[in-house]
Amino acid sequence: MKNLSIAFVIFTLALLGFSTYQALVVAPTEQTMGDVQRIFYYHVPSAWVAGVCFFVNFLASIVYLWKRNLNADALAAASAEVGVVFCTIVLITGPIWARPVWGIWWTWDARLTTTLVLWLIYVSYLVLRRFASGSQTQVLAAALGIFGFVDVPIVYMTIRWFRTQHPSPVMGGGQNSGLAPEMLHAFLWNLLAFTCVGICLIAARYVLQKMENQVEAAHAQLALRGGAR
Amino acid sequence: MSSLNVTSRTLLKDLRMEWRSKDAINSMLFFSLLVVVIFSFAFNPNAEESRRIAGGLIWVAFLFAAVVALNQTWARELRNQVLDAYRVSPAPPNALFLAKVLGNFLFVIILEALMAPLFVVFYQLRSIGPVWQLVVIALLGTWALVVNGTFFAALSIRTRSREIMLPLILFPISIPALLAMVDATTMVLTGDGTPDFWLKMLLVYDVVFTLVCLLLFETVLNAE
Repeated sequence: MKNLSIAFVIFTLALLGFSTYQALVVAPTEQTMGDVQRIFYYHVPSAWVAGVCFFVNFLASIVYLWKRNLNADALAAASAEVGVVFCTIVLITGPIWARPVWGIWWTWDARLTTTLVLWLIYVSYLVLRRFASGSQTQVLAAALGIFGFVDVPIVYMTIRWFRTQHPSPVMGGGQNSGLAPEMLHAFLWNLLAFTCVGICLIAARYVLQKMENQVEAAHAQLALRGGAR
Repeated sequence: MSSLNVTSRTLLKDLRMEWRSKDAINSMLFFSLLVVVIFSFAFNPNAEESRRIAGGLIWVAFLFAAVVALNQTWARELRNQVLDAYRVSPAPPNALFLAKVLGNFLFVIILEALMAPLFVVFYQLRSIGPVWQLVVIALLGTWALVVNGTFFAALSIRTRSREIMLPLILFPISIPALLAMVDATTMVLTGDGTPDFWLKMLLVYDVVFTLVCLLLFETVLNAE
C-alpha cells in the first residue's frame, strides 16, 4: 500500500510537470487576452477539484450519519479542507485574470458570488470542526456539511436571478465558443493533473485524520484507566 | 403525549417564561434600535435614498437582533440538565424543535411589528408598492432565518464559545434568503418591479430547510 501511494505521488508530480509544460509552452497564446489567459489552465481545474471535494464531503457526511463510521468522518474532514484550499486558489487566480481582461478585480457576477458563498460556507464548516469538542464534532460537522451542500443550488439560483435582473457592466469573458485543439489538450492534461493532486492531498489528510482519531482514542483509554495524570 | 401536545406545552412554557422575564424581546428591541440609530448616523439618507437602502438596513438589523434571541433558545434548557431530561423522555424531538422555532418566530415577528414604525419615522419611509407584500416577505423571511437559526443554535450550544459560533455558521447558509428578502423589500418600497420570484424563492428555501432541519434535528439533539 505504501509503495503504491509513493508511486502515485511520483506519477502525480510527473503529470503536473508535463501539464505545466503543456499549459505554459505548448498551448498557443490567446489572441486578445495574451499570456494572462494561461491562468485558465489552473483556474478551472482548481474549481473542478473544489467542487468534487465538496461533493465528497456531502456524501461522506451522509454516510457518517447513517453508519457512524469514523472513516467516513475522516474523509469528510479531509475533503472539506482540501476543497477550501482549491476554492481559495480559484478565488485568487480569478481576480488576477479579471484585472487585465475585464479591467476590474471583482464583480458580483453569479459564478463569482456563488464561489465566494461556497467558500464562506465551508470555512464555517472548518471553524465548527475546530470549535466543537469531543465526539460530538463528527455529528455536528456532518449536519452542517449536509446543510452547506443543500444550500449551493439555492445560492446559485438566487444570485443568477439577482444578477440577470441587474446586468453588470462587465461583458464578455465567456469563452465557451470553443477552445482551440491545443488549448483543449493543455486544459485536459491540467484537469487530470489537478485531479490527481486533489486525490493525493485528500488521501494524505485522510490518513492524518485517522491517526488523530487513534491518538484521541488512546488518550481516552488512558484516562479511563486512570493513567493520565 | 402526542407530538402536538408536546409542541404546544413547550411553546406555552417558553412564551410564559418570556412574558415574565422579557429577556429576549427587550434585548432584541434595544439592539435593533441601536442599529437603526447608528445606520441613520452613518448614511444620513434623504427619503429617496432611504427607500433604496432601507431593505438592506431593516433586514440586517433584524438578522443581528434575531441572533440575540436565538442564542438564548437552548441556553436556558441547559440549566438543570433540562435538555438531557428531554433526551431520555419518549417525547418526539421534532416536537420540541418546532416549539422552539414557533417561539422564536413569534418573538422576531413581534420585534418586527414594533420596529417597523420606527423605521418609517427615522427614514421617512413610504412604500410605493403594495404594503401587504411586505408582510408576506416578513413572514417568509423570518421563518427562513428562524428555522435555520434555531437548528444552528442547537448545534452551536455544543461547541466552545457558543455565542460566537451561531452567527458564524448561520450567516453563510442564510445568504440566499437574506438576498431574497432584501431585494424583494427594495422592489416593493421603490415600486420597481414585482417580487413574485423572490417570494417563490423564499418559499422554496423555507420548505427545503424546514425539511432538512426536521430530518437532522434528532441526530443533533442526541449527539454525544
